[in-house]
Amino acid sequence: MKILVPIKRVVDYNVKVRPSDDGLDVDLANVKMAINPFCEIAVEEAVRIKESRNDCEIIVVTVGPAKASEQLRAALALGADRALLIETDQRLEPLAIAKCLHKVFELEAPELVLLGKQAVDYDNNQTGQILAGLCGIAQGTFCSRIVLSDAGTVEVSREVDDGLEVQRLKLPAVLTTDLRLNEPRYAALAQIMKAKKKPIVVTALADLIPVPSARTKTLGVAIPPARKAGQMVASVQELVEKLKAAGGLA
Amino acid sequence: MSVLVLAQHDNRVLNEGTRRAVTAATQLGDSVVVLVAGGGCQAVATQACEMEGVTKVLCADADCFRDQMAENIAQLVAELAPDFSHVIAVGSTFGKNVLPRLGALLDVQPISDVVAIESPDIFVRPIYAGDLLVRVQSQDSIKVLTVRGTAFEAAPSGRPPCALEPLSATFELGLSELVKREISESDFPSLENARVVVSGGKALGSRENFDLIYRLAGKFKGAVGASRSAVDAGYVPNELQVGQTGRMVAPELYIAVGISGAVQHLAGMKDSKVVVAINKDPDAAIFDVADFGLVADLFDVLPELEAQL
Ligand SMILES: Cc1cc2nc3c(=O)[nH]c(=O)nc-3n(C[C@H](O)[C@H](O)[C@H](O)COP(=O)(O)OP(=O)(O)OC[C@H]3O[C@@H](n4cnc5c(N)ncnc54)[C@H](O)[C@@H]3O)c2cc1C
Ligand SMILES: Nc1ncnc2c1ncn2[C@@H]1O[C@H](COP(=O)(O)O)[C@@H](O)[C@H]1O
Repeated sequence: MKILVPIKRVVDYNVKVRPSDDGLDVDLANVKMAINPFCEIAVEEAVRIKESRNDCEIIVVTVGPAKASEQLRAALALGADRALLIETDQRLEPLAIAKCLHKVFELEAPELVLLGKQAVDYDNNQTGQILAGLCGIAQGTFCSRIVLSDAGTVEVSREVDDGLEVQRLKLPAVLTTDLRLNEPRYAALAQIMKAKKKPIVVTALADLIPVPSARTKTLGVAIPPARKAGQMVASVQELVEKLKAAGGLA
Repeated sequence: MSVLVLAQHDNRVLNEGTRRAVTAATQLGDSVVVLVAGGGCQAVATQACEMEGVTKVLCADADCFRDQMAENIAQLVAELAPDFSHVIAVGSTFGKNVLPRLGALLDVQPISDVVAIESPDIFVRPIYAGDLLVRVQSQDSIKVLTVRGTAFEAAPSGRPPCALEPLSATFELGLSELVKREISESDFPSLENARVVVSGGKALGSRENFDLIYRLAGKFKGAVGASRSAVDAGYVPNELQVGQTGRMVAPELYIAVGISGAVQHLAGMKDSKVVVAINKDPDAAIFDVADFGLVADLFDVLPELEAQL
């Protein structure tokens, strides 16, 4: 079984970003980058599936700048077999990224595509669903459990707003990961060394598909208005009085 | 301009979030059409017809739509979409499941989590866990949007019903099927609709101790929320997670108990009207967004607070 895992290089989730000086973009100069946490969960899940059977190949892919090979190496160290870098310095929208991934899907013909549910930079939560739509295959979003059957189907539990939902999907399928799916491992030093020998195949975006045009235009990036400063209270009694005065106990 | 709103429901009751999407839709077009797709969903269509601001309701009542599978529903919406300038749904797990797939079928770049509508093609949305707001202009001919429920009022009911048009189209793609739903039944209001939300963090320490949070929420007839760490630790079910990658709330009163105030948590609650924080660490980041902060051990003060209410 072939498993394709698209991953994204994003600003480390601990970093607080600022608008660029011209207010038209996010200032990413000298900012620490990392693999998107949900993508790490997707890689981990692929590795666990591989460990539970003996017929798996895991391919990680990213659409991004040359430096994104750092995140591909990290995924290889966690247990992926090979990596593809679709290189571009343009920042692409989810629709354009999904079009690249659709092409990779056609070339590699994986049975399972595992993505993060959301990239924590632009918080779009779209790419997996768009990809599934382009491929015309089943989608299982926000997965907290993935069980493959032998009958060409996969059963998933999905974290939805009012609880959990279990679905059975036909393969090939696109699945997106939620936080409770697994806890990613740390790569051992030996794995990191081994990953240096695994192949990363680089393809220029324009050699894969005609470069998609942007559908949205960014007019401005700004810091939202701060909440007005609050006050500390010394006791429960004072808190209750202040709340009553503020109408919060009406 | 004519706007199509995809309704969320359980075949019995129209979801409150859809009422909020309708309010967003009324800011965009003079004609607001609501699509109710389901199986045995006539009652929902009737409720949709009574919403303020709705011009017409389309009802696709068929087995293939009963379980709200994204594959089938997106196909239906794609058939209808060319007659509209915008397609909108609330940015719940339902809306986020279906609308991006619709984007693929229409070759449109969807816009997620819209919090303000500046014009028919200019929208504001949070990025980076709400640390920044971005204004984007869509250049697609049909705009596909999910809206952040907390940013729009719920359209009320009670006016004479608008026109209801049945649709006969069916799409059974045969790609997916529902095995079961494990819906959490509780006596508490839903997080998005509650006037008061009491959330607990890692500091609660156990599922049993979380009872303190439930009791306090009960006093307010409010909802219970939690931080990711509390959910990960198994103190409460996943659907109570408030934050960047969980649910977004903006109640009249939000009480954060034993929550440090990570940006990922703040993303889900910092638009609340009044925020109260209880934490034993005076430097906890949650105090930066609190209107009233109490530095104390939660196990000392929660019983006292409950008693004083
Ligand atoms: C990809 C990603 C997505 C995330 N999404 C979310 C999300 O949607 N929502 C979310 O909440 N988090 C999210 N997080 C996690 C977030 O970064 C924090 O780790 C989490 O919010 C911390 O939870 P906490 O405040 O309960 O725990 P902690 O940070 O451990 O804080 C516990 C707090 O309790 C206080 N405390 C301890 N004992 C007591 C006591 N007896 N009385 C009073 N106070 C006490 C401590 O001082 C501390 O401030 C995400 C993280 C990542 C990487
Ligand atoms: N540039 C990219 N290259 C590869 N995969 C991506 C890229 N951007 C997003 N993804 C995948 O899509 C998921 C959801 O991202 P998003 O739709 O942007 O929130 C991520 O977790 C990745 O798995």
